[in-house]
Amino acid sequence: MKTVITSSGENNLAQFDKRFGRAAWFCVFDEETKQTIFIKNKNINSSNGAGTMAAEQIVSMNVQKVISGDFGPKAKDLLDKFNVQMVIIQDNDITVQGIIEKLTK
Amino acid sequence: MSYKIAIASGKGGTGKTTVSVNLFKGFNELRGKKVQLVDCDVEEPNDALFFCDAEVVDVQEVSQMVPVIDSEKCTFCRKCVEYCEFNAIVVLPPVPFAEINPSLCHSCGACSVACEDGAITEHPKPIGTLNFYKTDENNGLVEGKLKIGSTMQTMLIRELKKAIPGINDIIIYDAPPGTSCPVVETIHDVNYLILVAEPTLFGLHDLKLMVALVRELGLEFGVVINKVGLGDNAIYDYLDKERIEVLGKIPFDKEYASLYAVGEITGIIPDAIHQSYTEILDVLNQKITHHEGNNRIKW
Repeated sequence: MKTVITSSGENNLAQFDKRFGRAAWFCVFDEETKQTIFIKNKNINSSNGAGTMAAEQIVSMNVQKVISGDFGPKAKDLLDKFNVQMVIIQDNDITVQGIIEKLTK
Repeated sequence: MSYKIAIASGKGGTGKTTVSVNLFKGFNELRGKKVQLVDCDVEEPNDALFFCDAEVVDVQEVSQMVPVIDSEKCTFCRKCVEYCEFNAIVVLPPVPFAEINPSLCHSCGACSVACEDGAITEHPKPIGTLNFYKTDENNGLVEGKLKIGSTMQTMLIRELKKAIPGINDIIIYDAPPGTSCPVVETIHDVNYLILVAEPTLFGLHDLKLMVALVRELGLEFGVVINKVGLGDNAIYDYLDKERIEVLGKIPFDKEYASLYAVGEITGIIPDAIHQSYTEILDVLNQKITHHEGNNRIKW
């Protein structure tokens, strides 16, 4: 199963980014292989539709779960439609690694 | 050709509506010309509140064209996604899934051009109404009223301006507050722009933003200072330094503010305020006469 974690940087030690559509990076964590890959959010500076585009990207990567600080209504509708589970974490001081540890515990 | 004047401000609550309504009435009385007041603050039009006897003579619905993708015909090539400036289209080839989000769509039509498979058709979606009021024998008020939930302010203002009959001698646009797209749409093609400012810190800050915008648009403009007596002198120093034309100064009057609150801004006007409007109207009349003269020479 693949999970996306919104990240402020390109590696596991980066801070978790609480924004979904305007996160700097998307960390894709594969629970079977324990591997992470980082994908740059190319819509971070879009004037509108950043959340929609992020949701589209996530669905196209065949991800089952997304962890972020919040989800806007348009992104939420789209993720719901494709049965992607949304997990909200309201923690400012956690790293991507910290979230992965919680996931695999 | 109508002479078009816009009243804008930057900061909200400086007195755009008060000045617009008073100038509208003033032009009616002074010149006997055909004057049209246009309330372009489509998110919350309020000019009509000051014409309680005005009757609604026409209501026109305005729609935007929203594209819909037929997933039977769609080949999921994603060309429309690339064409869309507003990230309104989601196409997922493996699913397959193709949909346009109408709340992000600006109805630019690019996706219809992009699609080579005939999968995109456009359908009307109401964004608001144009309400036409008759205020007296010759003159009228039109307002645009945006539907709750719609974000198509600019489009509605464009349609509102298009719907104004060309037979008017003078058209007054009461602009929305701010310095963003709806304001630009309202003011970009006027003959003269009046900025209503107030002598407060916030008022000066937003006036500077507005002046920067107006200079970029290359419009002829002047400032009416409202609520004179409040705040400090910074705004006068600024206008002086920038050599900006001051059309008039309207004194702050608490009693007049109370009259505004019950919808009486043109009835019993204090003498000092009346005097200010007379002066402003004189300056505007000169500009209009000058404009008419220029046009005549051109013909």
